[in-house]
Amino acid sequence: MGPGYVPLALGAVLAVLGVATVVKAYVAPDLAPEEVSTAVEDGRASDGGGAAEPEDAVRPLAGIKWRPLLFVMAGIVFFAYTVDGLGLLPASFGAGLLAALAGSRLPRALLVSAGLTVASYIIFVVLLQLRLSLVGDWLGG
Amino acid sequence: MDLVDNLALGFSTALQWQNVLFCLLGVALGTAVGVLPGIGPTAAIAMLLPITFGFDDPTSALIMLAGIYYGAQYGGSTTAILLNLPGESSAAVTAIDGHRMALAGHAGTALAVAAIGSFVAGTVATVVLAVAAPPLSRAALSFGAAEYFSLVVLGLIASIALASGSTLKALGMIVLGILLGTVGQDLYTGAPRFTFGLRELYGGLNFVSLAVGLFGVAEILRNLHDPRTRQRIVRRVTNLWPSRADLRRIVGPVLRATGIGSALGVLPGGGHVLASYASYAVEKRISRHPERFGRGAIEGVAGPESANNAAAQTSFIPLLTLGLPAHPVMALMVGAFIIQGITPGPDVMNDQPALVWGLIASMWIGNVLLVLLNLPLIGLWVRMLTVPYSILFPTIVVFACIGTYSLGQNPYHVLAVAFFGVLGFVLVRSGCEPAPLLLGFVLGPLLEENLRRALLISRGDPSVFLTRPISAVLLVLALVALVVTALPAIRRKREVVFAEDE
Repeated sequence: MGPGYVPLALGAVLAVLGVATVVKAYVAPDLAPEEVSTAVEDGRASDGGGAAEPEDAVRPLAGIKWRPLLFVMAGIVFFAYTVDGLGLLPASFGAGLLAALAGSRLPRALLVSAGLTVASYIIFVVLLQLRLSLVGDWLGG
Repeated sequence: MDLVDNLALGFSTALQWQNVLFCLLGVALGTAVGVLPGIGPTAAIAMLLPITFGFDDPTSALIMLAGIYYGAQYGGSTTAILLNLPGESSAAVTAIDGHRMALAGHAGTALAVAAIGSFVAGTVATVVLAVAAPPLSRAALSFGAAEYFSLVVLGLIASIALASGSTLKALGMIVLGILLGTVGQDLYTGAPRFTFGLRELYGGLNFVSLAVGLFGVAEILRNLHDPRTRQRIVRRVTNLWPSRADLRRIVGPVLRATGIGSALGVLPGGGHVLASYASYAVEKRISRHPERFGRGAIEGVAGPESANNAAAQTSFIPLLTLGLPAHPVMALMVGAFIIQGITPGPDVMNDQPALVWGLIASMWIGNVLLVLLNLPLIGLWVRMLTVPYSILFPTIVVFACIGTYSLGQNPYHVLAVAFFGVLGFVLVRSGCEPAPLLLGFVLGPLLEENLRRALLISRGDPSVFLTRPISAVLLVLALVALVVTALPAIRRKREVVFAEDE
């Protein structure tokens, strides 16, 4: 058996499971436990798009709020692309600022990210003594 | 006497001042993060894991992680009791009666009982661990590739049995996890798999990126997306020390729960959740006043908390003896072991006795510190609950970035965090739990390696898995577990069991 044996087998299994999940979603969608009994009685177990979703039921992917998602992701990606060039401190500040913007307005986000840059300097550089370049080449560090 | 020697070695390691300090630090950090609403032990450990990478001594790193684990678990119970927001399924049971006690003005007693119960259970379970681990690890040495393969299969299947939600999706998550684990160069031939020509992928996906993304970042995205409605926070914590009558009432539940927890914790796949529920059910059944349960029964807090902690302790048994993580938290521990250059398994116990016994001893010390630290500091933890989320989550994001980056000074690992963060968010919203995926990812390489080795030895004859008795028994158990979970009748009953007490 070569290097592709296990991935191929797993891929086949996953494909079967995927099809099964899709089929099941049409035939008998997952319901919250308290809904199971009533749904079966009403014969609406196959009605996938119930209007009133219960609190903990599976929510569809529709209706995603993009702002928090985009800003948090932007923060992490910003850190990844700038940490080598700008160094730890500016990258942390930028990442913190972008992430904070997911939930607050600019002045507050600036404050939060400044505070947490100081906090991460104390924790990672002073206390844990990680050897990271604080200010990178792009800024002449 | 082997046991005494081993424990002596363990305590002499764990009681070195820097190790006590790391244990204390771990417990404090773990509690601080675990207390945050919506963050359970798994997410807390995933977030704090990167901190331990800078350590030179693996023993200290692992001791600190064990401390984080206990702290996080206790912190989770605190949130469950005060806020009725359990961070993880095992704390959900505590919330039932604990929050009622808190609303009735007995928050202090509930918290103290949880701590005392956990301490007693942890002490007993530590002894169980010390007694059971060496013979089991000797037995594990006789395991061949076929047995390991079957054991991993059993562990993976069993982990579904207790996952809430769809069995089908949980199975899919496991397979996806194993597939993600195959990314990188093939072990035997060196052929690159799923690398898409990217050099960064040759070494495989990074475990920390996966864990931090799937649990830490995805959790943040979820919280930002569905802001939880303001719960009634119980701010005033008074009357910390339980009365004599309270203490008398919890002796029985604590001891019974310790037994239940120690036994169930060894099971692969979420034994600690089962332990909490089992203990609660037992106490309710044998109580002379079952109607008090759900209305703030002190037994309903003491029992599950003790069972939970005992199980947390004994779930180290499969990890230390077989190298098999019993649940996601243990999977994170495996990751930490490997990062420190240690492959968990039966050999560790022989090669690194100071590490293993130091770890076991430090668990007990961690329990002591937990009681000493948390009872006086409860006011502080309560204040942590009021820190606004808009400050917390950017902090977590940045710490996660720095931690993952410091792992190998590789920005690519940080990008992977973003990727798995989105993936985890999408999965949770589609009703798929990421925990089985993480288990699959950790156990996948083990599964593949042993499958191929067993087939190499048997010259390609797959019947080897059924002709070797231990392997056959394990596979049959896995099949039984799968059938039991998949059967609709039993599934419905399972849902009822979980729904009954809510």
